[in-house]
Amino acid sequence: MANSEYLVEVKDLKEYFPIKTGLFKSVPLKAVDGVSFNIKPGETLGLVGESGCGKTTVGRTLLHLYKPTSGEFRFNGELVTDSNITRLRKEMQMVFQDPYSSLDPRMKVEDIIGEPLDVHKLYSSKGERRDKILELMELVGLNAEHATRYAHEFSGGQRQRIGIARALAVNPKFIVCDEPVSALDVSIQAQVINMFEELQEKLGVAYLFIAHDLLVVHHISQRIAVMYLGRIVEIADADELNNSPIHPYTLSLLSAVPIPDPNKAKQSKRIILEGDVPSPLNMPSGCPFRTRCPYATEQCEKECPSLTDRGNGHMVACHNK
Amino acid sequence: MATENNNMAMPKKNPLSLQIDLSKFEKATDDEKKQQDVMSESVTFFKDGMRKLMKNPLAVGSIIVLILVILMMVFAPKFVPYSYEQIITVEGKRDKSAANLAPFEYSKLETKYIEQGGKVFPHIMGTDELCRDYFIRVVYGTRVSFLVGVVAAVMVVIIGVIYGSISGYAGGKVDMVMMRIVDIIYSLPEMLIIILLSVVLRETLQLDTFPILHRLGTNMVSMFIVFGLLYWVGMARLVRGQVLTIKENEYVLAARAIGAKPWRIIRSHVLPNCISVIFIAAALQIPSAIFTESYLSFIGLGVALPMPSLGSLASAARSGMQSYPYKLVFPAVMIVLIVLAFNLLGDGLRDAFDPKLRK
Repeated sequence: MANSEYLVEVKDLKEYFPIKTGLFKSVPLKAVDGVSFNIKPGETLGLVGESGCGKTTVGRTLLHLYKPTSGEFRFNGELVTDSNITRLRKEMQMVFQDPYSSLDPRMKVEDIIGEPLDVHKLYSSKGERRDKILELMELVGLNAEHATRYAHEFSGGQRQRIGIARALAVNPKFIVCDEPVSALDVSIQAQVINMFEELQEKLGVAYLFIAHDLLVVHHISQRIAVMYLGRIVEIADADELNNSPIHPYTLSLLSAVPIPDPNKAKQSKRIILEGDVPSPLNMPSGCPFRTRCPYATEQCEKECPSLTDRGNGHMVACHNK
Repeated sequence: MATENNNMAMPKKNPLSLQIDLSKFEKATDDEKKQQDVMSESVTFFKDGMRKLMKNPLAVGSIIVLILVILMMVFAPKFVPYSYEQIITVEGKRDKSAANLAPFEYSKLETKYIEQGGKVFPHIMGTDELCRDYFIRVVYGTRVSFLVGVVAAVMVVIIGVIYGSISGYAGGKVDMVMMRIVDIIYSLPEMLIIILLSVVLRETLQLDTFPILHRLGTNMVSMFIVFGLLYWVGMARLVRGQVLTIKENEYVLAARAIGAKPWRIIRSHVLPNCISVIFIAAALQIPSAIFTESYLSFIGLGVALPMPSLGSLASAARSGMQSYPYKLVFPAVMIVLIVLAFNLLGDGLRDAFDPKLRK
């Protein structure tokens, strides 16, 4: 079955949410509008973009938590549909953003981590279930003695580890990490990110790492995709994107990253975009970024640029750059 | 343990310096480290709520009252030698002089019998106009009211929770249709429907043919059905509202990502998180059912005679209210006691368990 080098292949994924404007009328909200990317086994693809650009929706649509409006998603060469998604959920999992609301407050840690085992019936006896849970807790650096405690008795970082252990329980090959560190303290962020890297080395899982913190994404990912208003505007290797960004939106994003050296910070120029993000209910014609782009021309108004390869797998969607 | 040698090795200290003499310290042993491991005991939600409930004097008082009432209901018929439907007899003879006795009064026949050396169980609440012991009738009346209240609450919870959770979890068009049905039932004049149904059900269902139901008192069964059919709508709305908020939580999304089926998510994530609200609503449902039952019996539509109920006892006592006021007082006090205790307990449960009121 695995006849391609990619574990995850997404082609022209679209997710529109109908927004009711009248009794029978509804307008589509284009949360994700034609997104394509690939992920190799054991690779991390970072997905960045500002709030509301559709990053989370991409992750959730991949797991069929939202039904995709159109588009193709192949996992391990196999087209993901409604009928095989239950089986494929053993292969791909998700880590959520908020460790406080993603764990059921009425369940013990062992039951939270054991739930995927229960759902997919991955054990033959109670003892085996317990052993697996304790093994998972050790793997993510939790004290096995705390298996009978409730989630609210743990700190944010520990809770996120519980969430990761739950995702790992089914032994997946691919994990969607939906801003897994943005709700944590900086010091804890580093711990959790290092753990993600260690787990990747040990287990060989691939990540789709969604975040809005460019430094974090640059640290963990091999490749980075930048999203704006439901579209990917640039994909490149992490270092390449950091050193020689092409798309004007990526440029402005990178210029907004704080530099920890005040002398250097004075020299660098911030590119400040004008205006606000347009509403996804009322998208501008042509290129979605043209309303704020300093290089916008008439061509941008007429046709939407598609991703083109600028060498070395560096893909950019822009007419002028 | 600082020796002079160590003091020599240390450079001279400034009086205000924070320099520390390390030799004065020793490493903590493992035992000592363990002592520092202070972790509070893992407290479940239920335990925490019960602790709060037990601190509420009104709730504890009503629990005690309810326990006493239940004990009376269960054990009084065991040691009181009278039956709720039998005329008092002395040595096998019907005691016609025993009508309308005051509490702890004996009839002429009984006094004679006692003088001869016989023993007669006292009439704690006197007797009624048909020479029956009033205490045992009140006890049976309480039984009926209690049973109606509890069964009604159980039926309401079962129907309401299933209906509400399906409607809330499914959402969309299913939710809209199911809630409009609820709205329709809600808008029916409650009392009228109860009266109509309790009259009609008995005849149409022919409940008298089932021997077990017959023992319960036929009208009681139709009353259960009536309460079950009408009162679940409030519970269904409540549960739906809860489910709507709970299903937005990320842990429900996480369960879906794992591949859990809807029924499993409802059972193991949604319902446990709104169980306290259901619990409180059920506790407050009991007194309202008891009240309705008493009301129905009072206007003669309740439990069939000779089975007494608190409402029918009060109704019967109304005619002789001026001569025998205690006959009205006893069942009325009983109703008040039960309803008040359940209401206060419900309030206490809400204070202790309602997530909105916590913290």
